[in-house]
Amino acid sequence: MADEQKIRVLVAKPGLDGHDRGAKVVARALRDYGMEVIYTGLRQTPEMIAQSALQEDVDVVGVSILSGAHLELFPIVLEKLREKGLEHTIVLAGGIIPEEDHTALRQMGIEGIFGPGTSTNDIADFIKKAVADKKAA
Amino acid sequence: MDTSKSKREWQEKVLQPSTKRFPEREEHFLTTSGFEIDDLYTPDDAEAFDYDQNLGYPGEFPFTRGIQPTMYRGRMWTMRQYAGFASAQATNQRYHYLLEQGQTGLSVAFDLPTQIGYDSDSHQAKGEIGKVGVPISSLEDMEILFEGIPLGKVSTSMTINSSAPILLAMYIAVGKKQGIDPSKLNGTIQNDVLKEYIARGTYIFPPKPSMRLTTDIFHYCAQNLPQWNTISISGYHIREAGSTAAQEIAFTLADGIAYVQAAIDAGLDVDKFAGRLSFFFAANTNLLEEVAKFRAARRLWAKIMHDRFEAKDPRSMMLRFHTQTCGHTLTAQQPDNNVIRTAIQALAAVLGGTQSLHTNSRDEAYATPSEDAVTLALRTQQLLAFETGVADCTDPLGGSYYMEHLTDALEEKASEYIQKIDDLGGARAAIEHGYQQREIQESSYRTQKEIESGKKIVVGVNKFVSPYPEITGLLRIDPAEAAKQTQRLTSLKAKRDNEKVTQALNRLKDVASSEENTMPVFIDCVEAYATLGEICNVLRGVFGEQEEILVI
Repeated sequence: MADEQKIRVLVAKPGLDGHDRGAKVVARALRDYGMEVIYTGLRQTPEMIAQSALQEDVDVVGVSILSGAHLELFPIVLEKLREKGLEHTIVLAGGIIPEEDHTALRQMGIEGIFGPGTSTNDIADFIKKAVADKKAA
Repeated sequence: MDTSKSKREWQEKVLQPSTKRFPEREEHFLTTSGFEIDDLYTPDDAEAFDYDQNLGYPGEFPFTRGIQPTMYRGRMWTMRQYAGFASAQATNQRYHYLLEQGQTGLSVAFDLPTQIGYDSDSHQAKGEIGKVGVPISSLEDMEILFEGIPLGKVSTSMTINSSAPILLAMYIAVGKKQGIDPSKLNGTIQNDVLKEYIARGTYIFPPKPSMRLTTDIFHYCAQNLPQWNTISISGYHIREAGSTAAQEIAFTLADGIAYVQAAIDAGLDVDKFAGRLSFFFAANTNLLEEVAKFRAARRLWAKIMHDRFEAKDPRSMMLRFHTQTCGHTLTAQQPDNNVIRTAIQALAAVLGGTQSLHTNSRDEAYATPSEDAVTLALRTQQLLAFETGVADCTDPLGGSYYMEHLTDALEEKASEYIQKIDDLGGARAAIEHGYQQREIQESSYRTQKEIESGKKIVVGVNKFVSPYPEITGLLRIDPAEAAKQTQRLTSLKAKRDNEKVTQALNRLKDVASSEENTMPVFIDCVEAYATLGEICNVLRGVFGEQEEILVI
């Protein structure tokens, strides 16, 4: 483990949504799985999220939305990340996101979508694999 | 407590030989609040039980059995489905539909910009307009929302907190236009900002000026809207954020204590406003603990009002409450199971003596509910009311050894939490310490871990998993609605008397900076068609904005 760098994850809440139970549980669980986790808190603009991702030099940005604003907010988050040269950052979506929107989100560049009932173990495994794949590529 | 001879004999001769051959499923059985449950409750457990002191009669102190003498034998609970989406017009149609389907009260869901005091044309509103509720930026939107709905006849509950006085001002103004005197208006505003800092997140201003707006409403309504419920002190969001049943009671009643104290400090007589306080709780699937929770909350609040605040009027001691079934228990997997969860949760609320009820829809782990899903949820309530017979006798579980034990245990545990909050300096100070937030997060994380380890079973998620048909017919919000909404706002700003708006907003600034009651000037502002965002911006200038108390 000594020479292995900890995976760094930003957990972010964009928009005006106050539902943070899931985001906080995921943040804490990923920490327990040995990752370095930064939680933004509520009411972040896409610009603020991209800025935090840059500052914290994260491998992964996990974005939680339960207000139904995902199709509007994700494209802006991704655009702001690209503007800062962070197009290789792994972006994940969590929250209330109907199945029928998954394809659109994946096409935008969201690599994983985790809805209600997801085990935090699955999220951690997904992240470990995605980060390893990126590094190998 | 000494176990009676007969119980001891039963344990030795019958129970122990049996458990030796067939061990129990668990070593310890626990409620969600962490109490160990005994195998059986008997008269032994009721040894110190004093009927008059612990229970009394419905409509009498300490109101354990219910706040009205007849409860549902007199009148069924109000069936009130929380609704709002897309636009004022679309929501108005849904209200007419729900009333035609036999719903007996309205409940307005506002979108997030409205809840946080931003107009639909502000950059903060981008992507959020009409998503979790109806967008209301001005009195014009409110007029459309209630078109054709006689405000003198329906009761309306509005889930609005930090911007509550402004939405209430709009409701009063719409009533006036319909020729209804404010004194005839009937309804509730949530107006509970403390739980926004704890669990829900739609705060705007810091706690102190927010509490002042709250007490301004208490004062104004005591004089002008005597039938209005001025606050709905909410445990719902605390539970949804992850708390246990005991924490839900405690953190909610502790917020209640803070509001009552603030109003008394502002010079109000407790019996002049306390009768209009109302509460809002969640109903979880753990049926018996939930029924006990409602009973314990009722008894504890009565004692608090009587002992701590020395209220004299029995109405000041009655905990009247609305219930919503627990959204967080609904699963995306096998969504039909949600209908059953909701039915059991609704049953808990009814057995617990709720005054009004919202039942969640089966598709809520996916989206804002569709009309079909809402209708089924409403039918669930109607079925409970008219087919099951549970509404025919008041507090039907009262006197059950187990129920009374659970009620006592929850009251005791909640009292311990309230004591802790008192020691920290009251609800507001405890929130600033992050106390309630931390407790809730601990409970929520524990629950998650129990689900993941399989200790806590969620049917269809971590056990009894099977393929399920994809849910269809989800409600989609057409983005064109948001565009229409902002256009209407632009044309309103062009056609209104802007000088009158400026005057009203200037006057608001003076009043907000003074100690004068803010309600009359809010009414002047909205009647001049000043927008919600304009009004909140004036207040932001005077009061400042609250930053998140981040606890993780």
